Amino acid sequence: MTTRTTNQKAWWLVLPVVLLVAFNAVIPLMAVVNYSVQETFGNNQFFFEGVRWFEEVMKSPRFREALQRQLLFTATILAIQIPLGVAIALAMPRKGIGVSICLVLMAMPLLIPYNVVGAMWNIFALPDIGLMGRGLNALGWDFNYTRQPIAAWVTLVAMDVWHWTSLVVLLTYAGLSAIPDAYYQAARIDGASRWAIFRHIQLPKLKHVLLIAVLLRFMDSFMIYTEAVVLTGGGPGNATTLLSIDLVKIALGQFDLGPAAAMSLIYFLIILLLSWLFYTVMTRDEEK
Amino acid sequence: MMRLKWLVPTLYIVFLLLPIYWLLNMSFKNTNEILGGFTLWPVHFTLENYAKILTDRTWYMGYVNSLTYVLMNTVISVTVALPAAYAFSRYRFLGDKHLFFWLLTNRMAPPAVFALPFFQLYSSLNLFDTSLAVALAHCLFNIPLAVWILEGFMSGVPRELDETAFVDGYPFWKFFIKIFMPTIAAGIGVAAFFCFMFSWVELLLAKTLTSVDAKPIAATMTRTASTSGYELGLLAAAGALTIIPGAVVIYFVRNYIAKGFALGRV
Repeated sequence: MTTRTTNQKAWWLVLPVVLLVAFNAVIPLMAVVNYSVQETFGNNQFFFEGVRWFEEVMKSPRFREALQRQLLFTATILAIQIPLGVAIALAMPRKGIGVSICLVLMAMPLLIPYNVVGAMWNIFALPDIGLMGRGLNALGWDFNYTRQPIAAWVTLVAMDVWHWTSLVVLLTYAGLSAIPDAYYQAARIDGASRWAIFRHIQLPKLKHVLLIAVLLRFMDSFMIYTEAVVLTGGGPGNATTLLSIDLVKIALGQFDLGPAAAMSLIYFLIILLLSWLFYTVMTRDEEK
Repeated sequence: MMRLKWLVPTLYIVFLLLPIYWLLNMSFKNTNEILGGFTLWPVHFTLENYAKILTDRTWYMGYVNSLTYVLMNTVISVTVALPAAYAFSRYRFLGDKHLFFWLLTNRMAPPAVFALPFFQLYSSLNLFDTSLAVALAHCLFNIPLAVWILEGFMSGVPRELDETAFVDGYPFWKFFIKIFMPTIAAGIGVAAFFCFMFSWVELLLAKTLTSVDAKPIAATMTRTASTSGYELGLLAAAGALTIIPGAVVIYFVRNYIAKGFALGRV
């Protein structure tokens, strides 16, 4: 790591970024904080409620169930996407025409708007006119994601794996390509095994890109909304009602702005706390 | 075992292409054929869905609107992120580490409930239903990412480059634009790709901040679904067309990604 010199004037270089992001982040956040402590009956009349909504949300079993489903979903897709993404990146060709083909094809799911992804899978998994539903039924699995909670979960996880694993692949692949050849030559001279190369050369060098991949996938999967709503609408029953879906049901469906705002702040704090944990643990041995 | 290595990416790509094939398959059928039965390929092959989208103004303007705000956002995000990333990579200053993490936290606000305050904010500025509103709103999650990516690339450039230029008497901006930016061209390409991607696929904010004039293609699709029943063939064709701009962009930056980046200090 290069040493950086102290220079307070650097703030001028950062200022445009801070202003633009703060404009978009701080003002809406303050509005949400404002809602979260008030009661409204419409007509722009607001009554101060203090922390009542926060207590209510924390106590409600509905919130806890949605949170559990959310944690289960995020843990599942991280456990699949990160190892799978790394494995695919390791197996990808290093040079030649294959590189371009792989990169362009693999990036395709990333570039489809969220609601299109949801709608695609909604039909793809249907038991009557969808390839996946029809195929699974033909294989002997009585699969109907609009009625069976398990099937709905399988479809949701499969959709997310389909949609986002490529992000992990792209980041890992870029990280792998940045490792100088000299490292591999040294390992070859030492007669290192394939596993030893991965464990002692590739994995440490990939630490930073993996941190980004884990953080991005963690945050985005925790906030998944559009794809999941279009795919299952939270059903069958409440089986796939993740946090954000529940939040919108409360905010727009029942127009309870106060509880919805309190819930989204708690939600935001959970993501913040967990991201901070990842960040701290993974950068622990840096800067002394 | 090494000989079977190509199998892993191949199987993965097949898995990725199956739903896309199904989308294309539907886009070449009319709605009756889609709902009428299960066929692995279009029996009555038709291009009418594509013809409708490319001739109907309400449809094709959706693509124009989306591309407008996505390009505006990409330019704004990368432009302001460049000097900021330079500051993070070269200097220590008051609160730098906290600021870096704070930037990142802005990707974590669940957009579902923040949509309403965004609507109020941009309405009060008279920017509602303009491409600029969406472009600025998407800065919330794209600028932090651009700063993060660019900082990684910049940290890989030795400081001697800067020092030599300053000793030679280059003013800061001249050095930055003439020497430094070409050096990290790959990083700019990769950052622009990610900004383009995340802005192109986002729907919730884009839909909240627009109604008619700047309505993105993804929102046009949801409206069609609700008013005239499910025109599945048309929706499939519109969905298939949303893949193209991104595919073009990834084609241009593929070499930068293949060359690799390590994303230095986090």
